[in-house]
Amino acid sequence: MNPFRRSPFVIAAAIFVYTFLYAPIIILILYSFNASRTNVTFEGFIPAFSDRIEMDGSLVKASPCGPFHWYCDLANNDDVAEAAGNTLTIAFTATIIATIIGTMAALALQRYNFKMKPFSQLSLYIPIVIPEIVMGIGILTLFSQFFGWANEAFSLQGDARLSLGIVTVTVSHIAFMVPFVTLVVQARLQGFDKSFEEAAMDLGANEWTTFRRVTFPMILPGVLSGALLAFTLSLDDFVITFFTNGPGSTTLPIYVYGLLRRIITPQVNALSTVWILVVFTAVLLLQILQSRDSKQHS
Amino acid sequence: MISEFAVEMRDVVKRFITPEGNEMAAVDHVTMKIKNGEFFSMLGSSGCGKTTSLRMIAGFEWPTEGEVFIEGKPMGHTPPFQRKVNTVFQSYALFQHMTIYQNVAFGLEMEGAKEEEIKKRVGRALDMVQLTGMDRRKPKQLSGGQQQRVALARALVKTPDVLLLDEPLGALDLKLRKEMQLELKALQQQLGITFIYVTHDQEEALTMSDRIAVMSKGKVQQMGSPVEVYERPANKFVADFIGESNFLEGKIRTISKDEATVFIPGLNAELTGMPVSDGLVKGEEVYVSIRPEKVRITEKNAINQNIFHAKVTNTVYIGADTHIYVEAHGVKLKVLEQNRISRLDPKSFYSVGQEVWLMLMPENTLLLKKD
Repeated sequence: MNPFRRSPFVIAAAIFVYTFLYAPIIILILYSFNASRTNVTFEGFIPAFSDRIEMDGSLVKASPCGPFHWYCDLANNDDVAEAAGNTLTIAFTATIIATIIGTMAALALQRYNFKMKPFSQLSLYIPIVIPEIVMGIGILTLFSQFFGWANEAFSLQGDARLSLGIVTVTVSHIAFMVPFVTLVVQARLQGFDKSFEEAAMDLGANEWTTFRRVTFPMILPGVLSGALLAFTLSLDDFVITFFTNGPGSTTLPIYVYGLLRRIITPQVNALSTVWILVVFTAVLLLQILQSRDSKQHS
Repeated sequence: MISEFAVEMRDVVKRFITPEGNEMAAVDHVTMKIKNGEFFSMLGSSGCGKTTSLRMIAGFEWPTEGEVFIEGKPMGHTPPFQRKVNTVFQSYALFQHMTIYQNVAFGLEMEGAKEEEIKKRVGRALDMVQLTGMDRRKPKQLSGGQQQRVALARALVKTPDVLLLDEPLGALDLKLRKEMQLELKALQQQLGITFIYVTHDQEEALTMSDRIAVMSKGKVQQMGSPVEVYERPANKFVADFIGESNFLEGKIRTISKDEATVFIPGLNAELTGMPVSDGLVKGEEVYVSIRPEKVRITEKNAINQNIFHAKVTNTVYIGADTHIYVEAHGVKLKVLEQNRISRLDPKSFYSVGQEVWLMLMPENTLLLKKD
């Protein structure tokens, strides 16, 4: 019998943790079906076919989408579609590039001994430990200084002028993703015996074939974990995106923040719900991959 | 074949930088000529340079000085994938994400062999190592012994000129190891491929090899057939490392072309008629080396030369043999007596405290220089 099973402390702690972790999310999802235009109180679900008169005499208009009214509203919102498109474009592009760079860095750090190796290793932790806002301001300063100089030096005009936009956001995301990918892949490489690569070369494979046929398949689960982690980080990044975005590169977090400053309608909740589902699926996938990976290595 | 020698290492040095920043020669001026079709072993304890030597032949390391030749061709910085040698790794290094078939087929694929040909040759290789029908399994689903065979099949399927084996039996239990030793030897004779075998196990080397290079501190201490290295060890290290030896400190009293007289201060006696080896001079300090099984032990004094009175201090019965530890004038020796009795009769064994005579016959002894 598990000695912890009946401890009231454990039960209380569990309730406490789950309440604070998940109650806000559940309420957020529930409010996405709210009949009220405001997010203050829950006034029941929206009827699908005919208007409904509440006890206090107020009228709840029916919507063709029924309780999913705010989701339909969301689907018709071009701004949201654009923001979602930007978010995914940035996340995918940055993930692919950061995964390649991060994996290469991890391989180099595992394989070679060079003078700056301890410094390189340490520098991986810097973007992770320094406050995101500091990094955001830093990146913004870098971009604006560089763009100012470049625009001046090459006397760029009109559309040719360098400015903040989807490219700067992507580059900034790559910058903070690389250390995460590198560290995850490094952990995976820890048990990687170089004799596998030697065996492949011994059997006639050159360096590239060895990487393609032996090294990469063996580290692939680690690379995928790193990529998925980076992807989810990019999806919900607010601070760095806030500093580096420009016209036409609004991402979902930035868009939601904008909505909150004006009127809070349950559309925000609907958006958040969809978003949670996307991120949750990604994380679930990551978990499945990792558990399969650890099973393979036990 | 062009060259008489499958592999030649000519004055090869490999230096490493230790983590402390010092330079260390893992392989120190090693010269070896390994003949075609030979079963050649490099024997030594860890850090003796045997694995580094093997890795230089395979192409995983490059010599700091000297040159490695394969089939008479200098290898220089030729990468492993362009050398006609294949390796069986100590850890097997089977590709975990591939099936047994894919593992064995990998080398042939790299050669660009046709699928049909690959199929035929992989099948034959797996038959050879008695793994028929295992081709769809993953390496993790096989036992250690089976994985070892896959590693062997994967290397042999390429029909290399030379097969390099880096302690391939190290991870197996004793019984399986003994079986595999004989199997490997039989396989080598059947295929006629040169095997270069790295091991720290002297018995393994003696069992399988045509020739053995005994290594220590990056240097070859002796190279020769199993009989040569056992019966005529070149120095004290070899005599001590291969089998066991009693060493008596002495000084050469007289020396002629074929025999010497050695005074043993510990026994306060002379040994006469000792065989002479090169470079020994009168007055030189030497070790008289004699194997435990070659010391003759008797209860009665039969002859009057090279015989010493001793006392049994301990006996250890280990079945086939009995180890008898004796002491003569404070000099300790180990004697090995074969168990020749037909029935267990306690009286036929030497007992502790018993007075005995030890005969050190000249034909069973060796004079070794003191380093």
